[in-house]
Amino acid sequence: MSTVKLTVNGKTVSADVEDRTLLVHLLRDHLNLTGTHIGCDTSQCGACIVHIDGRAVKSCTVLVGQANDANVTTIEGIAKGDELHPMQAAFRDNHGLQCGYCTPGMIMSAIDIVHRYGGKLDEATVRHELEGNICRCTGYHNIVKSVLDAAGRMKVAQAAE
Amino acid sequence: MYETTYHRPSSIDEAAALFAKGKDAKYLAGGHTLIPVMKQRLAGPSDVIDLGKIKDLVGVEVSADAVTIKAATTHYDVAGSGPVQKAIPALAHLASLIGDPAVRYRGTIGGSIANNDPAADYPAAVLALGATIKTNKRSIAADDFFKGLFATALQGGEIITAVSFRIPAKAGYAKFPHPASRFALTGVFVARTKSGDVRVAATGASSSGVMRVPAIEAALKANWSPGALDGVRIAADGLLTDIQGSSAYRANLIKVMAQRAVEHAG
Amino acid sequence: MGVEGIGASVVRKEDRRFITGKGRYVDDIKLQGMTHAHFVRSPHAHAKVMSIDSSAAMKMPGVVGVLTGQQIVDDKVGNLICGWAITSKDGTPMKMGAWPAMAPETVRFVGQAVAVVIAETKNQAKDAAEAVVVNYQELPAAADIRAAIKPGAPQLHPEAPGNVIFDWTIGDEAAVKDAFSKAANVVSLELTNNRLVPNAMEPRAAIAEYNEAEEHFTLYTTSQNPHVARLVLSAFYNIAQEHKLRVIAPDVGGGFGSKIYIYPEEMVALWASKKVRRPVKWTGDRSEAFLTDAHGRDHISKAEMAFDKDDRILGLRVTTHANLGAYMSLFSSAVPTYLYATLLSGQYNIPAIHAEVITVYTNTVPVDAYRGAGRPEASFLVERLMETAARQLKVDPAELRRKNFITQFPHQTPVIMAYDIGDFGASLDAALKAIDYAGFPARKAKAKSEGKLRGIGFSCYIEACGIAPSKAVGSLGAGVGLWESAEVRVNPVGTIEVLTGSHSHGQGHETTFAQLVSERLGVPISQVQIVHGDTDKVQFGMGTYGSRSLAVGGTAIIKAMEKVEAKGKKIAAHLLEASEGDIVIENGEFKVTGTDKSIALPMVALAAYTAHNLPDGMEPGLKETAFYDPTNFTFPAGAYICELEVDPGTGKTSFVNFVAADDFGRLINPMIVEGQVHGGLAQGIGQALLEGAVYDSSGQLVTASFMDYTMPRADDLPSFKLNHTPTLCPGNPLGVKGCGEAGAIGASAAVINAITDAIGNNKLEMPATPDRVWHAIHGNAA
Repeated sequence: MSTVKLTVNGKTVSADVEDRTLLVHLLRDHLNLTGTHIGCDTSQCGACIVHIDGRAVKSCTVLVGQANDANVTTIEGIAKGDELHPMQAAFRDNHGLQCGYCTPGMIMSAIDIVHRYGGKLDEATVRHELEGNICRCTGYHNIVKSVLDAAGRMKVAQAAE
Repeated sequence: MYETTYHRPSSIDEAAALFAKGKDAKYLAGGHTLIPVMKQRLAGPSDVIDLGKIKDLVGVEVSADAVTIKAATTHYDVAGSGPVQKAIPALAHLASLIGDPAVRYRGTIGGSIANNDPAADYPAAVLALGATIKTNKRSIAADDFFKGLFATALQGGEIITAVSFRIPAKAGYAKFPHPASRFALTGVFVARTKSGDVRVAATGASSSGVMRVPAIEAALKANWSPGALDGVRIAADGLLTDIQGSSAYRANLIKVMAQRAVEHAG
Repeated sequence: MGVEGIGASVVRKEDRRFITGKGRYVDDIKLQGMTHAHFVRSPHAHAKVMSIDSSAAMKMPGVVGVLTGQQIVDDKVGNLICGWAITSKDGTPMKMGAWPAMAPETVRFVGQAVAVVIAETKNQAKDAAEAVVVNYQELPAAADIRAAIKPGAPQLHPEAPGNVIFDWTIGDEAAVKDAFSKAANVVSLELTNNRLVPNAMEPRAAIAEYNEAEEHFTLYTTSQNPHVARLVLSAFYNIAQEHKLRVIAPDVGGGFGSKIYIYPEEMVALWASKKVRRPVKWTGDRSEAFLTDAHGRDHISKAEMAFDKDDRILGLRVTTHANLGAYMSLFSSAVPTYLYATLLSGQYNIPAIHAEVITVYTNTVPVDAYRGAGRPEASFLVERLMETAARQLKVDPAELRRKNFITQFPHQTPVIMAYDIGDFGASLDAALKAIDYAGFPARKAKAKSEGKLRGIGFSCYIEACGIAPSKAVGSLGAGVGLWESAEVRVNPVGTIEVLTGSHSHGQGHETTFAQLVSERLGVPISQVQIVHGDTDKVQFGMGTYGSRSLAVGGTAIIKAMEKVEAKGKKIAAHLLEASEGDIVIENGEFKVTGTDKSIALPMVALAAYTAHNLPDGMEPGLKETAFYDPTNFTFPAGAYICELEVDPGTGKTSFVNFVAADDFGRLINPMIVEGQVHGGLAQGIGQALLEGAVYDSSGQLVTASFMDYTMPRADDLPSFKLNHTPTLCPGNPLGVKGCGEAGAIGASAAVINAITDAIGNNKLEMPATPDRVWHAIHGNAA
């Protein structure tokens, strides 16, 4: 057992947990942040993706000890109050989700893609960059549309700031 | 996953000392090999020693004739490194093809090489570029390092600190990914040294791990061009057969990927 | 249409909770005092369970109990059943082997549970499960159809000699024989329809709670049909009586058929919750999903089609062996029979059809309905035959199809189905135009000059959806009726709740159903709440599968709204002092026709609930229930054309274009419909190119994780070009047909037809991996 302390969605949290605890379980079971999902056990599907220190990573493949002192952002932490993050809004407006299970990981991954590419995104790049996120419902068509749409919205939002 | 004890040392010496104290300790850098194996309960280390936060193990150094990548540098940081892209573009390209973006943010060169998965990408570059693996105890030449399936020359507790690549005249990497895992179904790294020597390594094709491909080396030494390989036949003997590819198919991929690697070599 | 009514691409009401991480899936739920279950599963495909020693496990930290298969038998929990009776051609009933929820004596597939550990935490349960010592005596296994039907094959169930479950036929054998004797040409094919793993992204999960004082159970579960689950758990499995069992299916992360069935894990969780007197949670991990979720497809077929000298089809003869796995799952017998062979006429005039279907036990996980269920197998067979025929007869594949299309409706096929309406030529024309078929030869030539092999492939599919008329399916062996129910509650302030027996696990019912209400009653969709997935709230329901929710469940909502309107009109007429016959409903107002007198729905509702001034003898309240039983299946149909390139060096396929022209009848929310098509196409393409469950000869699943089983990813797929060529379904008041499965039904044939066209070799099995394509180009000696 160890005590871990980290920042999650802007708040400092600490927990006493077994060392074998994965970050995803800390989030879901101890912090009740159940928006981060588990869709596989081989680090493939990306349903568990969160941002650690600004990078989109698979929280099912991070021991809590590795996240000690880190700054973690989950799907619950990206909207500003009632105002959706542009990526969330784009997923809704483009029907980029169906059952919603892969969606949080998809959105966290997509935000990271836009951060890395800015406005230089095209369909082929988005498809390639989504390699680590599996969706069974949408055939990705509208997810790709959502990410491209959000890339534009995020650029506009950035310019306005 | 079995219960374990997690450690986060701040120096290489501290890490080695923790390893020596543990009953069945394992090092972890990005964790993207060890943690999946632990989750399947195929490994149950008493202690997990995290090398990822040791400052001396992170970073890239480029000199006139070598690129040195410290062991805990992530694939993302190698792929995006301007100096690496300039000195050995094929190496940055290879790093950009490992796993997926989330994996590249965590996975490290040291972890990849120490694990020596027979379908991993990095071993192909290490072997083809004749790199030197530096540990906390010694330097090991690539030719002496890989010892077959998941086996290396590393001794118990030894820590890879960096991998040093001599800058070649030309190098290229082409990968045909396994459609499910996105490891290499077959990946081929081709390199021509400044003295004109050619080394070619293939990963994913053989169950004993990364291997040199002498037939292709000879052909490319004579004529560094994709067309030089048209008449080369790679023997299927000893190559892997599984649901994604027969040994004959993998033999073909070695040749085709080598041609494409040469075509795009920089 | 209104901005939120029928035909509007309204963004989904349910999305906000999903995009903000506030969805509520089973694994998100925690109950006070909850324990965690982990199953001890067989590592062998076929073995006798000689002994189970749980003494060491019982002493492990946190362990609450270890329960075994013998205990579940001793407690008289019923065996799992198949609910659709099929009779063999010799008149004997299907041979159903016993399937206890945990195996007391014999295990028949890798992953079958023999015991369960209940502990305070999931990790403790997993730790202790390893300490349960099971002594197996291994038996030889039969891991695929060919191995199972070989003389001397290992026998799975004493009830089924030769491992044959039934040998069933449909159609007129003599007429087919006659047709073939007159044929100018015969085209034949041997086909494998590859076995698939559904892999909804949310793994199955269950939480069971037993209330001792009330002798009442609650089950939270990942179900597409919670009422069916309750019915089966009570009527057949003796877990609890129906009125003592509440089944809740909250947000469910995809189903595709795999969450129709009641699995051993839910049964055990319920039973165990009473045993240990604590809530019990089981959440499957992906590895368990691969081993225990019902798989799909897995057919081997021989098919022959007879043509006259003018290339018109005279007859079709099919023999299919279908693998049902180690036990008969809930609907397993219906899939390769009434959901498959009844669609073998495709879109074509075929005067004579005969099919024989032999179902087989193997030492693999049970096989049941997976998106499309039988219809993809039929469509693949017919459309591969048509493409092969076009090549053999040297006619254009589009023209051969057009020549044989059914053009008169209604049309009775030789295999039960009566197609009500369609315009197959319109769909094909739209698809041909969308892909620029005329320009294909030039594109192919250009690709050739660049070293690429380009091909084009067609698939003109038809399916039977809107499942199903209860009387019809009852006569064919179904154990249940397949109607749907709805309750429409107009609240005293005029907001509306609709309780539906359909279940949404990605389909967007909360939006589409609200649009039906908005259209009819003139209220904004924000004032409409769709309630589903809870047997304590919803009157009853048969659930969501077979593209039935709108055609059957949506129609039930319409029928309930008709009753609400009828009562509302009576109240409005009374309040407005007008004749009931003069009341019309427009934009949420009850109006007296030809006057300016009107009363808004909320005022009518308020009057209904205050009951101060109602017509004499009228009951207060404004809520109505309808049970709707369809009169026929619906028949969505369409044309898919795929253009692709093959890299001859690697055998890798890349899409150039994929166009669809579908006839789903009226579209309520085109955005949601197109999303359904995209997803279906991805699964159909996945079957054609990527996916395949492979067991080795000892019965070990080789493709047991996402590392080995290729799930379609974003970079495997193209963007799709969709077109709609609707003909309105005459069988229901909405004119709708269903859209959930079409893509998965039609896509695979188009892809394989295109690749075989590109490489000039018609012999290619699914999934057409680069390795297989490369070998098909270069031969095995290459």
